Amino acid sequence: MPSYKAPVEDMMFVLKDVLGAGQVFAEIPAYVEIDTDVVGNVLEEAGRFCAEILQPLNMSGDAEGCRLEDGVVRTPKGFAEAYAAFSDAGWGGLSASPEHGGQGLPRTVQILVDEMLSAANLSFGLFPGLTRGAYEAIEAHGDETLKALYLPKMIAGTWTGAMALTEGGAGSDLGLLKATAAPRGDGSYTVTGSKIFISSGDHDMAENVIHLVLARLPGAPAGTRGISLFLCPKFLPDRDGAPGVRNAISVGALEHKMGIHAQPTCVMNYDGCQGWLVGEEHRGLAAMFTMMNAERLFVGVQGLGVADASYQTAATYARERLQGRATDGAGTAPIIAHPDVRRMLLSMLSFIEAGRALSLFTALEMDKEKFHPDPEIRRVSGGLVALLTPVIKAALTDFGFEAAVLGQQVLGGHGYIREWGQEQFVRDARIAMIYEGTNGIQAQDLVVRKLPLDGGRPVRMFLGLIRETVEQAEGVAEAAALRVAVGEALAHLELVTARLIDGDLAGSGERNAAATDYLRLFALVAFGWLWLRMTLTVVTMGENADAHARRKIAVGRFFAGRVLPQAGALARQIGAGSAALMGLDAGDF
Amino acid sequence: MKTILVPVKMVLDSNARPRVRTDESGIDLSGMRMSINPFCEIAVEEALRLKEAGLAEEVVVVSIGPAKAQETLRQALAMGADRATLIEIDETVEPLAVAKLLRAVVGEEQPDLVLLGKQAIDDDCNQTGQMLAALLGWPQATFASAVRFEDGRLLVTREIDAGLQRLSLPLPAVVTTDLRLNEPRHCALPNIMKARKKPLKIGAPADYGVDIGRRLKILAVRPPAGRKSGIRVATASELVGDLRAAGIV
Repeated sequence: MPSYKAPVEDMMFVLKDVLGAGQVFAEIPAYVEIDTDVVGNVLEEAGRFCAEILQPLNMSGDAEGCRLEDGVVRTPKGFAEAYAAFSDAGWGGLSASPEHGGQGLPRTVQILVDEMLSAANLSFGLFPGLTRGAYEAIEAHGDETLKALYLPKMIAGTWTGAMALTEGGAGSDLGLLKATAAPRGDGSYTVTGSKIFISSGDHDMAENVIHLVLARLPGAPAGTRGISLFLCPKFLPDRDGAPGVRNAISVGALEHKMGIHAQPTCVMNYDGCQGWLVGEEHRGLAAMFTMMNAERLFVGVQGLGVADASYQTAATYARERLQGRATDGAGTAPIIAHPDVRRMLLSMLSFIEAGRALSLFTALEMDKEKFHPDPEIRRVSGGLVALLTPVIKAALTDFGFEAAVLGQQVLGGHGYIREWGQEQFVRDARIAMIYEGTNGIQAQDLVVRKLPLDGGRPVRMFLGLIRETVEQAEGVAEAAALRVAVGEALAHLELVTARLIDGDLAGSGERNAAATDYLRLFALVAFGWLWLRMTLTVVTMGENADAHARRKIAVGRFFAGRVLPQAGALARQIGAGSAALMGLDAGDF
Repeated sequence: MKTILVPVKMVLDSNARPRVRTDESGIDLSGMRMSINPFCEIAVEEALRLKEAGLAEEVVVVSIGPAKAQETLRQALAMGADRATLIEIDETVEPLAVAKLLRAVVGEEQPDLVLLGKQAIDDDCNQTGQMLAALLGWPQATFASAVRFEDGRLLVTREIDAGLQRLSLPLPAVVTTDLRLNEPRHCALPNIMKARKKPLKIGAPADYGVDIGRRLKILAVRPPAGRKSGIRVATASELVGDLRAAGIV
């Protein structure tokens, strides 16, 4: 049976020792009371909750799935009780503002708890994750009445949130959406339309579901500039703010999916339901986009979390499973003795730890962007967050899925049958590459919008940080091979970046063709940079570095020797340009 | 009851794989994951339940150990304990010295009940509670699987070989907890945050005038020998012969 233990030591190593988050929190007035010790306490307890309450429901929830009975969604056995325990313990309001009942902890801590939730039970984790996305949107754009009515209940977890964007004819291109809204004359609106792929669209775990629905007002301009955002509750709050009359919202169907079976992904019908405008008319997509960075970071760590859960099972199995003989010894050996099994485990581990470091680096920049007193620091951090968001969303879910496949492979046939849970991770991890903007869309965002952002300052700044670390590592024996590998990979990335910004690959067709490979190259270099930083941190700690920290030097070396050389191949692939893709006529496919 | 005193110990986490020091002097704890001793956690939980039932006014936790044991106390505070004391010392303290230190804390706090784990999962000594009761001259009930407080007396159920034994104790008393007494709660996030602001006093053994000098000598600590591979025998008589030869029968 799979088990999961939250890697709190590894998380704290990155947060405290590598990134110096304690210092950053101290500079931010909203976080003056947050020291790394309290973060450690919070992570320990969150890890315990995930391991003891949520993880045991992961396989049973997958096997049972959700059911639609008489128009009401029933979640799998144990989910409602677990959700009540989760909300009672206040986990849903971890990073929410204290003004509305949240605990006001940094995004950095939120993202680590999100990783644990995703590792323990991805289907479950989406409930509080989407609720957070919804309440953050209401907090940023809703009027005071909406905030007072909805935020405390959503932050407490009594009511959950759902984001209704996608329609049958409007997916990656939301400009095509058809749902409509008409003013009722009393300040509210009548919202009509059908939406698909709505996570947590309906369920039996909380007393109300708050839908944020994108729709068009009468006479709205065509395309994305004519979309407004509406808050439509499943039950209309009565005078006392308690759930009252049922709104005209119904579940059309439950989607039949490859994975996340315990998560009710619904077709939702808004049949002239009552809703309230959130933010300004026609500015709905912009309102949603202010949440987008945080949401995409959340989806990125879903890939990471599932990969870690798969890794933990694979590593345990590989130490215990006796098959074949070791290359240097007699007798049957545990499969972890075989170099090829090591390759799989280290590929997983070297991605997981670097991916976590990248998500934490970005989350810390988000904390600075939101709360730092110095406006210049806020601006620089904002640029880095914008640049790295698509990288995290796409790379962490792509590599996360690949890691889940490796974790399945380590177990051979036992990875393909259900008993060990490894095949579920493969199925569950797959969705994160698709939703919240497909990874192809993320790559386009990186190349087309983020590289030229602010005159190219964020990307120059980020590559400069990497160059700085490479220079710092000069003469450090333990980091020698890694320093060379990161330096070489960085040179490839710099060259390709220049070609994409204003060189021979700057045309829109070339950028589009290069984007996915470029994002992967970018991510590999970023991972290499973070391995270098982790290695340097361990070296600096010297005697104070324990065995657990010291093993990072060996994992970093693996990454340098066996993974980073892929950067060169990716640079060549990109250099081949769009001609190789467009050579075949559409009719010839 | 006014005060319940709960001594708690920081131990190597039950999921961690212990490493024996190469000089055989003990377990190497550097960089290892440490946790609250599970029996102590049960004791904290029971004390909190008594308090929440209105049967006690405050729960005070005390630990004897290195500075890191503050985290163990913070966990107990996050569960709901009101105050904490750490008697800071890096070396291992033997049960008798622990009991003497606790006697001194009892003198200071004047609790009506000392509720503690029956043993710690690191050295499995199972002595501290008994020694403390003897030093104080208080009644004791060890291995409690149920605790009730009625008409000024504690009713304690103990699991013994022959079944269940029920004891009735006057206060003040010492009670040690067994595994089935309760299931400790998960800490709520707001309580974890509040725990940082609850009072945590730090002292040293010398403050309590207790001699903590070692009375026991550890000869060597070694990991258990690995399991040897078995042999297959063809007949029962061969098995009996082998057992005879090994001096087992």
